[in-house]
Amino acid sequence: MSLGVKSKRVLTRVLQAIPTIFGILVVCFILTRALPGDPAAYFAGDMADAESIEQVRENLGLDQPMPMQFVTYVGDLLQGDLGVAISTGQTVTQELAKRLPASLELTLGALLLALIIAVPLGVLAATRPNSWVDHLCRFLVTAGVSLPTFFTGLALLYVFYYLLGWAPPPMGRLDMMFLPPEPITGFYTIDSVIAGDWALLKASLAQMALPLITLALFTLAPIARMTRAAMLQTLASDYVRTARAAGLSRRRVLITYAFRNALLPVITTLGMVFSFVLGANVLVEKVFAWPGIGSFAVEALVVSDYAAVQGFVLSMALLFVALNLLIDVTYTLIDPRVGEDS
Amino acid sequence: MNRRDFLKSATTLSVSASLLPLSQLLPRAAQAASNETAVVVFGGTINSLDIHRSGTNRASYQVAINCYDRLVSFGTKATGDGSLSYDYSNVQPELAESWETSEDGTVMTFKIRKNATFWDGKPVTAHDVKWSLDRAVSLGGFPTVQMKAGRLESPDQFKAIDDHTFQITLPFPSKLALPDLATPIPIVINSEVAKANATADDPWATEYLHRNPAGSGAFKVLRWNAGEQLVYERNDNWACGPLPGYQRVMLREVPAQSTRRALIERGSVSASQDIPNKDAKELAEKPGVKVVSTPIENCIYSLCTNLDFEPFKDKRVRQAVAWSIPYEKIFEQAAYGQGVPMWGGEDQVSSIAWPQKSPYEQNLEKARALMAQTDYKDGFEVPLSFNLSVADWAEPTALLIQQGLAEIGIKANIEKIPGANWRTIALVEKKLPLHLENFGGWLNTPDYYFFWAYIKGNLFNSYNYDNPEMAKLIDDTLDMAVSHPDYAPNVTRMIEIAFDDIPRIPLWQPTLNVAFKDGVEGYEYWFHRQMDIRPLKPA
Repeated sequence: MSLGVKSKRVLTRVLQAIPTIFGILVVCFILTRALPGDPAAYFAGDMADAESIEQVRENLGLDQPMPMQFVTYVGDLLQGDLGVAISTGQTVTQELAKRLPASLELTLGALLLALIIAVPLGVLAATRPNSWVDHLCRFLVTAGVSLPTFFTGLALLYVFYYLLGWAPPPMGRLDMMFLPPEPITGFYTIDSVIAGDWALLKASLAQMALPLITLALFTLAPIARMTRAAMLQTLASDYVRTARAAGLSRRRVLITYAFRNALLPVITTLGMVFSFVLGANVLVEKVFAWPGIGSFAVEALVVSDYAAVQGFVLSMALLFVALNLLIDVTYTLIDPRVGEDS
Repeated sequence: MNRRDFLKSATTLSVSASLLPLSQLLPRAAQAASNETAVVVFGGTINSLDIHRSGTNRASYQVAINCYDRLVSFGTKATGDGSLSYDYSNVQPELAESWETSEDGTVMTFKIRKNATFWDGKPVTAHDVKWSLDRAVSLGGFPTVQMKAGRLESPDQFKAIDDHTFQITLPFPSKLALPDLATPIPIVINSEVAKANATADDPWATEYLHRNPAGSGAFKVLRWNAGEQLVYERNDNWACGPLPGYQRVMLREVPAQSTRRALIERGSVSASQDIPNKDAKELAEKPGVKVVSTPIENCIYSLCTNLDFEPFKDKRVRQAVAWSIPYEKIFEQAAYGQGVPMWGGEDQVSSIAWPQKSPYEQNLEKARALMAQTDYKDGFEVPLSFNLSVADWAEPTALLIQQGLAEIGIKANIEKIPGANWRTIALVEKKLPLHLENFGGWLNTPDYYFFWAYIKGNLFNSYNYDNPEMAKLIDDTLDMAVSHPDYAPNVTRMIEIAFDDIPRIPLWQPTLNVAFKDGVEGYEYWFHRQMDIRPLKPA
C-alpha cells in the first residue's frame, strides 16, 4: 500500500467523521433540553422570585425558541465559543483545557501501567498454563473485573494513606506545597520534566500513584485476559508449529510469530478499554479529589448546565473519533492484510 | 511451582504485610497545616468570587464574607456548650465606626472609618458604599431579593453625604434594615477599580469582579483554581477588626465525604466544613479531632402537607399526620441525635422563642380518632417526596414517616426528586402533596420565618397555606421593633396558629457540624453557614 493510498484512506475516515459529529451535536442539544429541571430557576438561587428567574432565563438565552437556540449555539461553536459553564463559573473551553489533560493523564497513565503489567503477564500465563503466573493472572483478572473502582480507590486510600501514611493526602493533582508547572501539555508529569523540576515530578507522581493503581487494576483485567487468550490461540496455530518444526529459536517463535499476531485483538480491546477507563474515571476523580473531566460532566448534568454538558459530549465525540482513527491506522501498520484490497 | 507452593507463598506474603511494624512508618508530618497556614476542606465548589453575580452558588458566599467588609457586623456570644456563635441581637461596627437613626426611624446615617483602605491602598469612601449598594439592588436575582428583605429596594435610598458619611432612607421604619446590612450581600466594593473594568454591556463589572475581587476585607484571594482550590492571604492592613490568626488559608475542594473524613482524621487538614450528622457523632469520639455542632438558627426540618391536596384541606387530617410521626426514632436514626427535638412541647404557647417544640408527639390513638372524624377514615394514598441532594437525612426520615402513616391508614409512596428539579417543583410550582422541607431564615426573628413560610405565594410556603389572620399578623409584625408592646402577643398568636393549623409539621432543628484538628481555635457559628475564617487562630 503506497503512502498516497494510505493518506487518502485516513482523509476519507476523517470526512466520514463529520456527519457523525454533527449528529452527536443535534442529539446532545435536544437531549440536554429534554432533561427535567429548569436551569434558570436553579441558577437564580435559593431566594429568587419569579421576576429574577425570568431575568436569568433571558441571560441564558433560554427564552428563545429551540431552533433559534440551536442556530446561536452552532454559530458560537464555529467561532470556537463553547459558552459558559454556569455551575463552575468558567468558560467551557477553559474547563476542558484544564480538566481534559488531568483526566487523560490519569487514563493514559493507567493504560500504560496496565499494559506494562498485563501484556507480559498474559504472555507468560499463556506460555506456562496452570503455572503460578497463570494463577496470578487469573487472580488479578478476577479481582480487576469484580472490584468496583470506587471500592478499590477507597480501600487503597484506607490502607496506604489512612493506616500506613505512605501516600500523600488525597487532595488533587499536587500536594499543597507545590505550584503547578507552566502548562505546555497540561500533563503535570510531562510539564515538570520539560521544566526540569524533579521535585515537582516526584510530587505529582506521588499524588497520581493511588488513583493510577486503582484504574490500572480495573484496566489490566481485560487486557491480560485478551493477551492470554490470543497468545494461546496463536501458539496453537499451524504457522507457530511450522516455525517450531523449522527449528527457529524459542524467542523468535514467541515474539515474531506468535506475539505479533496476538497483538491485533489486544489493540482492538484497547480502544474499548480506553472508553471504560474514562467512564471509571468519574468515581476515581471523586474519591481522590482529582479535578478531571468526569466529575465536571456529572455535576453539570445534575444541574442541567447545558453549555457544559454539550461541551463535554462534543469533546468526547472528537476524542473517540480520533481514537478510532488512531486504532484503524495502527491496525494497518501492524496487520499487512488490512487495506490491501481497498 | 505447583498450586500448593503458590498458595503457601501467597499466605506468607499477606502475613508479612500485616506484620510490618507500624512504628517504623513515621506518620507523614502534615507540613501544610501549620501555625501559619490553615487548610479547610469542603464538598462544594466555588463558582464565582462575586456574590452579586447571577448563578453564584452558596459555597461562594464565603468569599464575600472573608474578602469584603460590610457597614456593620454582628457581635459574638458563647453558646451553652462552650462554642461561639454570632449574636443577632448585637449589631457591631465593621466599615462604619458609628451610626445613628433619626427620631422617626427612617433615616440611618453611617460614619465610615477614616483609616479603612482597599487592598490597593485607596481609602474606602461613602461613594464606594453607595456604588456597591446600588449594585446589590440593581443586578437582580438573589442579592436584590435579600436587600428587599431589609426594605432596601432602590438606589434612591442611598446617599453619600460626604466622603465619610453615608445615609440610607427607608420607606418606613423596620427592625430588619440594620441586620440585613450585616448579611453577606451588602458588601463594599472598590468602585474605582470596578468602574475602570466596566463595559457598556456590563456597567456593574460582573465579568471582572467574578474573577478579581476588589475589597477591603481581612483576606485577599491569592489564587483561585476553579474546581480545585482557593487560597486566601491575610490583609495585614485590615482596619475593621482584630488581625486574623492565620497568614494563609487554603480551601480545598474534596468531593467525596469519605475522603474528607480520612483527611481530618489523619490530621492532614485543619478543618472539614459541614460534615454529616453520622460523622459528627463518630468523629467527636476520636482523639485529635474536635467537632463543633451548632443548632442552625431559625431553621426546622419539617414535613409539609399541601393544602391543594384534597384530604389535607381538612385540618384534622393534618393534625392526625402530626400525631402519627415516630419523632424519637427519626431523631435517632436520621439525625443521629444531633440537633434539637421539636416535638412533645406543652399544649399552651408560653414563649416566643423560635424554633420551639410543637405540642405533637407520636400518639396513634389520637391520630386514629382524628382520622375517624373525617371523610378519610378508610385512608388514602399520597406521594411523599424529598430532595435527593439532602438524602442523608431525608431518606431515613421519609421511610419512618411512611411507617407511621401506614398505622393510620395513609399509604405514602416515596418519591425522590433530583436536586436540580426540587426548587421548580416544590417551591415554585408548589405541587408536592406531602414533602420534607428544610427552610431556615437568615434574619433571626420568628416573624421573618413566618413571612417566608406561612404567607400564600411566598417561596417557602410550598404547601399553599393561606390564613388571613396569620397574614395580617405577619404584615403587622414584620417591621415592628422587638421591644414594641404588641410584638410578643403577635408572635405568640402566630405560633399558636401555626401549631393548630399545622400545615408544616416540625421534626427537629438541625445542626451545622464542623470538624477541626486539635489546635485550631476561635471558630464561630454564623447564620449563613459558611466558614468565617477571620476569627480562626492557632492555639
